[in-house]
This record gives sequence, C-alpha cells and structure tokens, in this order.
Amino acid sequence: MKRHALSTRLWHWLNALSLVVLFMSGLNISNAHPHLYWGEWGFAPRDAWLHVWRVPGWATIPDYYSLAAARDWHVLFAWVFALSLLLFMLAALLNGHFRRDIATRWKDWKPASVWADVRAHLRFEFAHAGAKYNFLQKAAYGMVVFILLPLMIVTGMAMSPGMDAAWPFLSEMFGGRQSARSVHFIVAWLLFAFLVLHLVLLLLHRPVQNTRDMITGGRLDEAA
Amino acid sequence: MKRRSVLAGLAALLTAGCSKIGKSDTFQGLVDGAEKLHRGAHRLVGGRRSMAREYALADVSPFFRGNGNTEIDSDAYRAHVAAGFADWRLEVRGLVERPLSLTMDQLRALPQRTQITRHDCVEGWSAIGQWTGPQLSALLDMAGLRDDARFIVFRCADDFNGNAYYESCDLDDAFHPQTIVAHALNGEPLPVANGAPLRLRIERQLGYKHAKYLTAIEAVASLDGIEGGNGGYWEDRGYQWYAGV
Repeated sequence: MKRHALSTRLWHWLNALSLVVLFMSGLNISNAHPHLYWGEWGFAPRDAWLHVWRVPGWATIPDYYSLAAARDWHVLFAWVFALSLLLFMLAALLNGHFRRDIATRWKDWKPASVWADVRAHLRFEFAHAGAKYNFLQKAAYGMVVFILLPLMIVTGMAMSPGMDAAWPFLSEMFGGRQSARSVHFIVAWLLFAFLVLHLVLLLLHRPVQNTRDMITGGRLDEAA
Repeated sequence: MKRRSVLAGLAALLTAGCSKIGKSDTFQGLVDGAEKLHRGAHRLVGGRRSMAREYALADVSPFFRGNGNTEIDSDAYRAHVAAGFADWRLEVRGLVERPLSLTMDQLRALPQRTQITRHDCVEGWSAIGQWTGPQLSALLDMAGLRDDARFIVFRCADDFNGNAYYESCDLDDAFHPQTIVAHALNGEPLPVANGAPLRLRIERQLGYKHAKYLTAIEAVASLDGIEGGNGGYWEDRGYQWYAGV
C-alpha cells in the first residue's frame, strides 16, 4: 500500500501550483487599489482599515503591473484550484484519508495533550508512531483544507458582481463585498504563512524522503 | 541576504516565465475559455434574469467616486454643460427598424426606474448610489430591434488620447430590468465626473462596462470591426468582455 494515494499527490501538486499562481497574480491585482475596507462599500484611502504595501514586480504575475493580465491568470487558476479541491475532498472522503489521517479526536484537543505536541515540535521531535500525522499536523492540514481554502473560494465568489446577483448571501455572510475582499486578503496571507511553515518543517524533517514520497507515493512501512 | 536573493531570483524567473506564457495563443485560448465558463456558471446558478442587490437609502455611500475620465476637455462639451445638456441627443441606431434621436426631456418623459445599487470597480473598490433613468429595453423596443441584432454597442463622447471610449453587452443584459440609461445620481442630475448627462447602468458587471457620456446606442450583429474588435475600450486593452467576475 502506498503512503499517499494518487489522488492526494495529484491534488497536492496541482494545488501548490494553483496557490502560487493565485497568490502572485493576486498581489498584482492588490496593487491596483491597495486599500482594504469593511462593509459593503469603500473607495477612498482615508476610509481604509489597512493600506497594503506595493508589491514589487518580481513577486507578482505577470512581472510588471497589469491588472488585465493578472486577472486573466487569477480567474483561470481559480477554476483549477476550486475544481481540484472539490475532487480531492470527494476522493479523500471516499478513500478514508480524511477519517484515517486528518480527523482528530476530542481528547487530542485537551490543553495538556496539545502542549505536549507543541513541546515535541520545539525539540524537533516529529515522530508520530501508529498514525501518519501528529496532532498539530492534522489540525493544520484540516484547517487549511476545510477552512482556509474554502474561504478563499467563497470570498472570491462573493466579490464577483455576477455571482453576487445570483447568490447574494455569499457577500452578506461576510457583512458586505469590501469585508469579503478584506477576508480574501487576510486568508491569502494565512495560507502564505502556512506554506512557509510547511516548507520549514519539511526542511527540518527528512526533506528528500518526504518530497519523494509526495511524488511517488512511497511505501507505508517507511512511515515512522 | 544571499538566500533571500536566491528566493527573489526564483520568483523573478517564475514571474518572467508567466509573463511569456501569458502572451501565447494557447494561454489566451484558455483565458477566453475561463471567461465563457464564468459567464455560463453565473447564468446557470442565477438564471439570465438574476437581479443585482438593491439597497436602502441609508446604505448610499457619502460620495460617489468618479473614475477613468471625469470630464471631457472640449469646448463642445463645456457648451453642453453650460446649456444644461438641452441640445444633447442620444441616438438609437444600427440594426433597428426605427432609428431614434432622443432629447433629455424625451428620456425623462419615459417610464423611469430608480435603483440603489453597488458599483464595483475592477480595481477593487465599491460605492453605492441611487440611479434613475429609463430602462434600456424601453428604448430598444421603441426603436424595434431587428432579428439579426446580437449585441448592443454604447458610444461615448469621451476618449483616452484620441481613442474613443465605448462598450457593449449581449441581449440578456441589454433587456435586463436593471439595465438603465441613468440621467440622475442620488436624486440630482448626473454629475460631470460620473458621466453627465447620461451613463449606462449594467448592474451585474464591473464598473468599466457602465459607459459614461453616452451619445449613441447601436444594435449590431457582431463586434468585429468596431474599434479594436473586442467590444470595449478596456476590452481592446486586455480586459475581459464579460465583466461579471
């Protein structure tokens, strides 16, 4: 049996590509009006709760300021991102990946238990005998897959005037279109923070083997 | 510092690569496909007549920002402003049975629709305003659309460096109840910054579709051969024709 199912691996890399393209094209879009507001409306920088720094070209897609081209990338990869997430969720529900590897138990959330896991991480001890992931991993992956990624899709759709006419509850849920836009921005940076943490922990713990396993699937008995 | 420059270098390589891919025909084909997919999805979940949200008077934003051209720098336009647009004409022409040339008084004498809607600019900001004017469908019915008409083109008095502003939409949006030719904003005659004397409201799409300083409404069978051929000033500069996203 493989350590990672084919559907998991395909989604992992497709999702990684989509997120990088969406994040970097999103930064280009942010440069068009780098001010964030709460509520339905907001257009004057003086009403903004946050002035976003201007993102340099080397960090945006395309590498020069173009709202038109950045939007092309963004709304194209939005489809790749949303559909692949939907298919992965279905596959992981059916093949037991969520139930077996991601779901946590109530007792895992006891402060003492969580604290023990945090201390183990701080000592760079990542072993988790018997299960594929330890508690903090499960919590982080679960939060990303079930909360942060869906939030990006929902807040993205809430900003679309065509979608807003069809499903007005999307932006109402967030208290208005500009609120949805602010949440979209905040969650994008939370996902960036997750990516950084994900990569740092990978570098600290068997980077070559773990990367190889996410490509080939690896063998279950290699799991420590 | 060194690791940081390596990271910046990698990012730059990726973005430069993307800029190159972005200019290829294959990528443009995919982008056009995604645009059709979005439009189809919106029609699928909301129907062709889904209504944009309407707000209460209390929700109106204290100011309605003007964007793009906020005035027209010509003696002819200044004379129109001075005369209160008494001589302004809105033509309805193209593939119609009875071409029209309407005065402001004639437009104000038609049945009016007043709606408080949110205006979403492609840049990301939003403003809420109350708009009043006749429905576009009423004008098109008066002129009598011919069977071969597929799109409605909106001609404007403003331009950017000599390139005329214009816009277009399909018949779903042209006959949508909230698509109006507005002559008033928040109960006052339309300010110059917002497109005086007439601007289009096409509520399920982004701000650049809402053509200002309207001079003519033209029914056509195809958008080919009109200015850059992509159906609008910004569309000719790479923006999507379906601006519902």
